[in-house]
Amino acid sequence: MISNTLADRLFGFLTRGAALLTLALLLGIIVSLIVGAWPAIDRFGPGFLTRNVWDPVREDFGGLVMIYGTLATSAIALLIAVPISFGIALFLTELSPAWLKRPLGTAIELLAAVPSIVYGMWGLMVFGPVLARYVQRPLQNLFGDTPVFGALVSGPPVGIGILSAGIILSIMIIPFIASVMRDVFEVTPPLLKESAYGLGATTWEVIWNIVLPYTKTGVLGGIMLGLGRALGETMAVTFVIGNMNQLRSPSLFEAANSITSALANEFAEAAPGLHQASLIYLGLVLFLITFVVLVFSRMLLMRLQRNEGGRA
Amino acid sequence: MNATPNTTLFSANRDVQAAFFVRRKWINRIALTLSLAAMIFGVFWLLWILWETLTLGFGGLSLTLFTENTPPPNDIGGLANAIWGSLLMVALATLIGAPIGVLSGIYLAEYDPRGTLAVTVRFINDLLLSAPSIVIGLFVYALIVLRFRQFSGWAGAVALALIVIPVVIRTTENMLSLIPASLREAAYALGAPKWKVITKVTLNAARAGVVTGVLLAVARISGETAPLLFTALNNQFWTTDLSGPTANLPVTIFQFAMSPYENWQQLAWGGVFLITLAVLGLNILARFLSRRA
Repeated sequence: MISNTLADRLFGFLTRGAALLTLALLLGIIVSLIVGAWPAIDRFGPGFLTRNVWDPVREDFGGLVMIYGTLATSAIALLIAVPISFGIALFLTELSPAWLKRPLGTAIELLAAVPSIVYGMWGLMVFGPVLARYVQRPLQNLFGDTPVFGALVSGPPVGIGILSAGIILSIMIIPFIASVMRDVFEVTPPLLKESAYGLGATTWEVIWNIVLPYTKTGVLGGIMLGLGRALGETMAVTFVIGNMNQLRSPSLFEAANSITSALANEFAEAAPGLHQASLIYLGLVLFLITFVVLVFSRMLLMRLQRNEGGRA
Repeated sequence: MNATPNTTLFSANRDVQAAFFVRRKWINRIALTLSLAAMIFGVFWLLWILWETLTLGFGGLSLTLFTENTPPPNDIGGLANAIWGSLLMVALATLIGAPIGVLSGIYLAEYDPRGTLAVTVRFINDLLLSAPSIVIGLFVYALIVLRFRQFSGWAGAVALALIVIPVVIRTTENMLSLIPASLREAAYALGAPKWKVITKVTLNAARAGVVTGVLLAVARISGETAPLLFTALNNQFWTTDLSGPTANLPVTIFQFAMSPYENWQQLAWGGVFLITLAVLGLNILARFLSRRA
C-alpha cells in the first residue's frame, strides 16, 4: 500500500512535470530569442523594423525588406485562401452528397499533411514556370507600358517572387482554414437552419444570413489560424521567393525576401555577432507577430465553444 | 370600375415578387456553383502536386538511391546517408518527445482538467502546435549548438522532439477524455491506485488513439526541414555519430533542389518522392487506426 501511494505521488509528479515543461518551452523560446537578438536590439533599437538596409560587410542591418515580404506573401495567401476555403466548407457541409463528404474531407486534410518542402520544390520546378509563362508574360504584354500596373508585373519571367510565394502559401493554408470553417459550420444548431429553410430561404441565404452570423467568431478564428501558419511557413516560401534583399521594384514577380527565408538561407553561415543577432531579431519579430495572431485565433475559437456550451 | 387600378397594382406587385424570387434563385445557383468550383480547385492542387511529385520522383528513383551516399555534383550516387540520418533523428525525436507528450496529455485529461495549470498548458500547447518551426530551430541552436560549439544530430533530434510534443499532447488528451468515467470509477471501486487506473485502464482503452497521435507526429517531423537547417545541418558522409553534423533527407533535398546540377536535382526528386510517400502512408495508417478504434 505504501509503495502504491509512493508510486501515485511519483506518477502525478511526472505528469505534472511534463505539463510544466510545455510552459517552460514557450518561456525558453522567448528568453533565448531575446538574449540571442540582444546585440542587435541594443544597436538598432525598434528602428530596425523600418530600415531598408542589409549589409553584412559593414554590419549594418534593418529588417524592412524581410518584414514586408512576410506580410505581403501572407496577405496574398489570405486573399486567395479565404474565399476558396469558404466555398469548400460550404460544399462539404451543405452540398456534398453524404458518401462524398468523407473522401473529400480526407483529401483536403491530406493536402495539409504534405510536407512544406514538397510544396516548395513543386513551386520552384513546376508551378513557377507555368505561372511565368501563362500569367506573367501575357500580363506584361498587355500592361507592360501602363505606368502603375506595368511596374507590378515587371521582372524576368522565371516565376519567382512574392506572387508565387503567396499562391503556394494559399494552397498550404486552405486545408487549415477550410477544416476549421467546416467544423464551426457544423455546430450551427439544425433547428435554426431548418427554421430558415421552412420560411423558404435558399441554401445560400441560410449560409449567409444564418450560419455565417452564428459562427463568425469561429470563422475569423480559422482565418487567423491560417494567417499564423502562413507567416511562419519556411520552406515553401524559401524555394520560390528568390532571396533577394530589394524593395526597389514593387513588382509581384521580382525576387524578394521574407523573414523565414532569410533565416533559412543565411543563419547557418552568418558570422557570430551582429549578423547572427540581427537574424535572431527577425526571428523574434516573426515569433511575436505569429504569437499575437495565434492567441487572437485561439480566443475567438474558444469564445465560440463557450457560446455553444451556453446555448446547448 | 375602381377595381381595375387595384388589380394592376396587385399584379405589378406579383411581378416584382416573381422577379425577386428569380433573382434569389439565381444568386443561390451562382453561389453554389462557385462553392463547387472552390472544392474542385482544392482537390485539383492536391492531385496536381501528387501527380508531379510521383511522376518526377519516380524518374529519380533507382536502386543506388538506397545504397550509395550523396555524391559530388555531376557524379553518380544516392541518398543512403541522408535516409539513414533522417531515420535515426526521427526515431530519437519520437523516443524523446512521445513519452513527454503522453505524460503531459495524461495530466491535462486525468489530473485536474479544469485547473489553472491545465488550462494554461492547453492554451500554450495550441500556440506551440502552430508556432513557426524555424523558431524552434533558433531555440535549439541557442540551447545546444552554441553550448557545444557544434552542429549535431542530437540537436536536430531535440528540435524535432519539440515539434512532436504538442502534437502528442493534443491527441492524447482528446483520446483520454473520450474514455467514459464509469470505466475509471469501476477500477477505483476495485481499489486500484490512480497510477494503475491510468496506465492499465484509461491509457489502455485509449491506446489506438494515442498511437495515432504518435504516428501523426512522426509524419509531421519526417518532412520538417526548417528546424534542421541550423541544428543537424547536413553531411556528405555516412555517420552513426550524432554528435557531429548529420545528413538528413529534407536538408539534402533543399540543397540539391536549389543547385544547378542535373544529377542533384534528380536525387532531390527521388527524395521528395520518398518523403511524400512516407508522410501520406503514415497519415492514412493513422486514419485507419483511429477509425477502427
